[in-house]
Amino acid sequence: MELAYYPGCTVKSTAKNFEISAIASAKVLDIEFIELPRWTCCGTVFSLASDDVMHQVAPIRNLLRVQEMKKDRVVTLCSMCYNTLKRSNLLVKKNKEVLDKINNYMYEEPEKYQAGVEVVHFLEVLDQDVGFEKIKQFVKKPLKGLKVVPYYGCTLLRPRDVGIDDAESPTIMEKLLKALGAEVINDPMKTECCGAYHTVERKHIIKERTYKIISSAVARGGEALVLSCPLCDYNLDKFQMDVAREHPGFHPIPVFYFTQLMALAFGLDESALGLEYNYTDPKPLLLEKNLLGAGSE
Amino acid sequence: MRTILSSKLTKKEFIEKVEEISGQNVFACYHCGKCSAGCPIVSEMDLLPNQVIRYVQLGLQDEVLNSKSIWMCASCYTCTVRCPKDVDLAKIMEALRVLKLRQNIDMSRVRDLPSEDLESLPPIALVSAFRKYTP
Repeated sequence: MELAYYPGCTVKSTAKNFEISAIASAKVLDIEFIELPRWTCCGTVFSLASDDVMHQVAPIRNLLRVQEMKKDRVVTLCSMCYNTLKRSNLLVKKNKEVLDKINNYMYEEPEKYQAGVEVVHFLEVLDQDVGFEKIKQFVKKPLKGLKVVPYYGCTLLRPRDVGIDDAESPTIMEKLLKALGAEVINDPMKTECCGAYHTVERKHIIKERTYKIISSAVARGGEALVLSCPLCDYNLDKFQMDVAREHPGFHPIPVFYFTQLMALAFGLDESALGLEYNYTDPKPLLLEKNLLGAGSE
Repeated sequence: MRTILSSKLTKKEFIEKVEEISGQNVFACYHCGKCSAGCPIVSEMDLLPNQVIRYVQLGLQDEVLNSKSIWMCASCYTCTVRCPKDVDLAKIMEALRVLKLRQNIDMSRVRDLPSEDLESLPPIALVSAFRKYTP
């Protein structure tokens, strides 16, 4: 299966591990990601002001690229890109005046955007196009004994009309991780905000969120956090050492992208996991569980 | 915190502008407090989320636009998803931020950050911060 793929800025820089492991594990499932030509930053956040059309141009232009590829679906890895692209798309589908304004603004483009593209997140593709039962068949190295805590954050689930699962009690990542053989721990803080863009100017907020979210996961027996957003990943992983210094009882745990665990469970070589990009070193935990080293393809 | 209420201070045009930009009926809120209960950044705020919308209902433009709360908001949408009256408080917060930013005021302090910080930040963090804090 070929899918138009929108990477977004961060998987090409600080979140390379996300893309490397996603492309590799998708290949195992016979899914090929075709990157959009000439894509640009989607804008990261969906503009919430109803009179702001300018900030919708960036996401819509990217969807126009999908249309130019003669594809009607585009998959993203980054939760924030998913949220922004999907909400802009919904806006122009419902509001023809805004769509016309944007098309008129993009007058230099050879085509007009027809609002016919569907935006999906990779987890939705795994659920609906592949199915978790089928994914089980590709697992060569079940993540036995690995206690994982799925963490969704905000943009994958909210607002409700773009959420890929229930906003308060999602289970899609839990189903994937169970199919990979891991022991999944439910944590009520799985839908809590990581602090998002406050990481730029107000790191104390991020450290406080890290302390709360990671401590909650560890208190429930979690050995690793699993997520889907490069901003959540940076926020919840990078500052764990700082938080440990400030809170003596704090126990740091590795943070994985769900695609890294998929690649691991599919028995792919370590080079497909991108573990060197993780901030809190995940290797000690994986070695302890006998998931690294011998037995990989 | 002492707030003086008087019909002289209520700015009706402000309420109308907020409703126009947010597309929300601010008077639909009946102050159940679920938004404030779920807000992850509430410890950093001077006005609680439900107080923000109350102030808007009362037309207290200066108090709201000068509050810390609207800048502490992380646009996480927890409030909107939980509101029993379907009031999109996240959009109201954005309308308030935008009313301030459109006075050509830059709320970002990125220039004060050390360069090592800026180099390690993921693009997603910088772009979203710029989108929320600059006009």
